[in-house]
Amino acid sequence: MTTMHITSDTTNEPAPPTTPAPRKKLRPRESQRSTLLTVLLWLCALYFILPLFWLIVASTKSNADLFSTFGLWFGKTFELWNNLVSVFTVRDGLFLQWVINTVLYAGVSAVIASILATAAGYAFAKYQFPGDKLLFSIILGAIMIPLTALALPTYLLFNTAGLTNTPWAVILPSLVSPFGVYLMRVYAADAISDSLIEAARVDGAGEFRIFWQVGFRLLGPGVVTVFLFALVATWNNYFLPLIMLNSSSLYPLTVGLAQQQAASAAGGGAQALFSTVITGSLVSIVPLIIAFLVLQRYWQAGLTTGGVKE
Amino acid sequence: MASDTIIPATRNAGSTVRRSTSSRRTQVTAAYLFVLPFFIVFIAMLVIPLGYAGYLSLFKSQLIGGLSFAGLSNYVEALTDPEFLAGIGRMGVFLLVQVPIMLAVALFLALALDSGRARGSKALRLLYFVPYAVPGVVATLMWGYLYGPDFGPFAQLFHSFGLESPNFLGQQSILGSMMNIVTWEFVGYNMIIMYAALRGIPGELYEAAEIDGASQFRIAWNIKIPAIRPAIILTVIFSIIGTFQLFNEPSLLDAIAPNAVTNGFTPNFYAYNLAFVNQDVNYAAAIAFLLGIVIAIVSYVVQLQTQRGERRQRKASK
Repeated sequence: MTTMHITSDTTNEPAPPTTPAPRKKLRPRESQRSTLLTVLLWLCALYFILPLFWLIVASTKSNADLFSTFGLWFGKTFELWNNLVSVFTVRDGLFLQWVINTVLYAGVSAVIASILATAAGYAFAKYQFPGDKLLFSIILGAIMIPLTALALPTYLLFNTAGLTNTPWAVILPSLVSPFGVYLMRVYAADAISDSLIEAARVDGAGEFRIFWQVGFRLLGPGVVTVFLFALVATWNNYFLPLIMLNSSSLYPLTVGLAQQQAASAAGGGAQALFSTVITGSLVSIVPLIIAFLVLQRYWQAGLTTGGVKE
Repeated sequence: MASDTIIPATRNAGSTVRRSTSSRRTQVTAAYLFVLPFFIVFIAMLVIPLGYAGYLSLFKSQLIGGLSFAGLSNYVEALTDPEFLAGIGRMGVFLLVQVPIMLAVALFLALALDSGRARGSKALRLLYFVPYAVPGVVATLMWGYLYGPDFGPFAQLFHSFGLESPNFLGQQSILGSMMNIVTWEFVGYNMIIMYAALRGIPGELYEAAEIDGASQFRIAWNIKIPAIRPAIILTVIFSIIGTFQLFNEPSLLDAIAPNAVTNGFTPNFYAYNLAFVNQDVNYAAAIAFLLGIVIAIVSYVVQLQTQRGERRQRKASK
């Protein structure tokens, strides 16, 4: 029954984000709710939220208020707009360039990394071919390799090839996501039934058409999960761009902000930079938080499968 | 009608019995083509740099005579280098203190949210997870300000009571301060992995126990935690890898606490300083390689232990 439904669904619309649907649990009745637990959990939430609340509050303050008023409440004046203006105008709007660079590096890397990981994970889940077990265990082993330990030799190799201080130096190493392959393999094993692929073969569809038109659609939530994690990994990467890039016009936000902060911490006279760094930090985290909130149905469904299996 | 078509289809699933040789060959070719793009990038960006690091680590550059083959002497030097060993030791402390705290909190929160006994679980889940979306650099910057003596709220609170504020950025306390930053960043991420696994447990496993009046603690301990063991192991392995790779925190806190953060505070920070400040690429490569070996050994030991534990469990249940 279900397989028939999926077959007819996939021809005209992408799979619903909740496939495979997590089992519905019996929710405890209202009377079973625990006030103690609720209070405890919300207190825990304070630990995670208060630092960010501080960041928001501090972004609305002038430098003078930053030093003279209590950190967890608003200051005498509301300077958010002025701070934003200075974030985007300081050094001829270099910050905006950093935003563009970050979006470019993270976006391109994440799109390519998730396509590569999806194709490989799909093949490992749905095909038997000589060497598949060996290749997959190599990928699993690669999850253990500290990527930062690779950054140094990669830098030297790129230096010889003249690739350092170009966007490629950040994008190319970010295309490999062994964990993404692992996640997609687990996900594809569940989300695509073998009989569906067989049926498509009987209908005369080629292997690539099956992957593109049947597989890719059913893998939707898994792909979004891998995409998001690859996006976060590159967006948040500091080490790699730090060693690869020299010109500040190529920096992503992480390196740019760190450099600004170092300058403001070192130069006692240039304190005007503090509120700029703080407001800049706030601006830099907003896009990712929005991405996670908007796509939460997808990545939560994707992780449900990934986390269950060994 | 529907059931007629389904039954033979599911019986065939996974078996390759009735496929003709030619279509089997197309499938194998297609499979290789699917994994090929990934492996090209994998070899170029992972295997080759790894091999190159291994190669570099076997040489030594000297003022007189230039580059010369040095065998394993860089490794011998590293293993007797007090700065490197101190860094490894510091990460060992981190592993034994911060990782258990972080994972215990994550597990508790995941179980609490899964039990459905708290109000607003959905909002809570997102709030716990938000720090993961904050780049490590920004988290460290932010906590650096929060810890700071000038306008950090902790210092302000202590001053308002006329007390001396604790020094979060001193030599004694900086490791603890870093542990807090890492915990803040990654509790939510680990919680989500465990929570996802908890949602995947078939309800029949514990609904009967619930009806029989077993307490939530007993259900969690005896049923839920064993059931999500693989997910917990996954978070342990990731935490081990993450711990030994710490770089952002020492590198950024170095700017505001230069006396507390030494060049070799973490092994990774040490490798960076060796390569880019001391220009000793060969020694840095040996350090990076050795670090990879340490991570592989620790992760392997953890996996071995858990497999042994699982086997013992299986025997006990027989």
